[in-house]
Amino acid sequence: MSEKFRADFYQNFIEDDRWKYIVNGLGNTIKITLFAVLLGIALGFLVAIIRSTYEKTGKLKLLNLLCRVYLTVIRGTPVLIQLLLIYFVVFGSVRIDKSLVAILAFGINSGAYVAEIFRSGIMSIDNGQFEAGRSLGFNYTQTMIYIIMPQAFKNVLPALGNEFIVLLKETSVAGYIAIQDLTKGADIIRSRTYSAFMPLMAAAVIYLVMVMIFTYFVQRLERRLRSSDH
Amino acid sequence: MKKQVIALLTAAMMVGAMAGCGSGGADATTAAADTTAATTTAAETTTAEDTKAADTEAEDGAETTAAEAGADGKVLVMATNAEFPPYEYHDGGDIVGIDVEVAEAIAEKLGMTLEVEDIAFDSIIPELESGKADIGVAGMTVNEDRLKNVDFTDPYTTASQVIIVKEDSDIAGPDDLKGKYIGVQLGTTGDIYASDYEADGSTIERYNKGFEAVQAMQQGKIDAVVIDQEPAKVFVSQNEGIKILDEALTVEEYAIAIKKGNTELLDQVNGALGELKESGELQAIIDKYISAE
Repeated sequence: MSEKFRADFYQNFIEDDRWKYIVNGLGNTIKITLFAVLLGIALGFLVAIIRSTYEKTGKLKLLNLLCRVYLTVIRGTPVLIQLLLIYFVVFGSVRIDKSLVAILAFGINSGAYVAEIFRSGIMSIDNGQFEAGRSLGFNYTQTMIYIIMPQAFKNVLPALGNEFIVLLKETSVAGYIAIQDLTKGADIIRSRTYSAFMPLMAAAVIYLVMVMIFTYFVQRLERRLRSSDH
Repeated sequence: MKKQVIALLTAAMMVGAMAGCGSGGADATTAAADTTAATTTAAETTTAEDTKAADTEAEDGAETTAAEAGADGKVLVMATNAEFPPYEYHDGGDIVGIDVEVAEAIAEKLGMTLEVEDIAFDSIIPELESGKADIGVAGMTVNEDRLKNVDFTDPYTTASQVIIVKEDSDIAGPDDLKGKYIGVQLGTTGDIYASDYEADGSTIERYNKGFEAVQAMQQGKIDAVVIDQEPAKVFVSQNEGIKILDEALTVEEYAIAIKKGNTELLDQVNGALGELKESGELQAIIDKYISAE
């Protein structure tokens, strides 16, 4: 049993330096996730601000409409199809860094979800807080920045963490445009050794560990933010 | 009331899950139907043994399946990845191609019915190992790594790995692939041979499907595609502005993969293949697909 395990391990990871597929793949997965998260936050924040400003004040009508189209289209179609569309259609005839394509696709996709998360946070803050800010002499922007946002952020943190976990795992479809991410790395090994267990388990464990580490930090941040509750 | 409904649903779901487990499942299903009391838990349902009617029904069920199997004869399950014209591809609702027809001819010789299973190319060998499929016919080349995991029959045809480039490409032969972006289909022989060029500074882009690699090349995203000769001919005939280089990357033989150690089936298939070769049927099948291009 352990003999077989060792032989399998050798064939899947040591022989021909196959572990490199996993390590390089992990690097790509982290890179894509990290930048997609940043893009997603930026986009989501912007959209959430526009949407909640419209809901609170009735301004930015046209922008709000655009944002709603964005949300509908992005949330209504599979991320894999968005990825393939960006790669084969939007950048149809240029040689482009595929990681960039993936970052764009996953970032734009994540932005739609983050936008709704942020908006739910903003809307969750009682209107009295807003009125209090205004009566203290803050203008709309100041009220948003100093009163609403800090409270909203604390409320949305769990949902936001959730979204990033989903995003990290969703990048596993990047292999469809021949990006060598973690999943693709495992797939390449699988296609060479014809054994499913070792490479897939390795990939699964790595994803799991990444999510666990991330969850740990989100929880610490949550605790930290909660200390101001009292 | 709510609790009762939930209990009933749970019982129904568990019974449903067990129905897949053979005759025991049939037993449980009828038992569940009999016990109308909604609060019955699933555990109680399965242990209810006083339902004689259920037993008879289960036996009836077993007989019919046995009878059906007897009439159909044995089934030969063929695992393939139907993305590889002209060896196997989807045509309307059916999977057709050289490999499918060869496998059909073999199954006929063995007095079995062929069942084609379309799965990912790199799952074919695991499928054979786990016994879910009997033969793997997917334009598979015999190589060292594969021989570690499966046995191969005698080759039924030869094929070469060719290089497809754009017509105005400066790549003229295998040597020019060094340092270039090469597209392949993940896990195919072309992938494995092209990967040797990674040491020479080439970048290998592994697509899930052959046509995606060709599409990426047409869009200028990669410089060349390495793929089997026959699908390459189809790709070139269907797309303008691309060509196959005269000098092939490699030449190799296709064979049928069978679970390691299943010598009985291996001998049977080899026997059938031999007969097909002698009678000229094999060549006829290949010509039907390849000369048609």
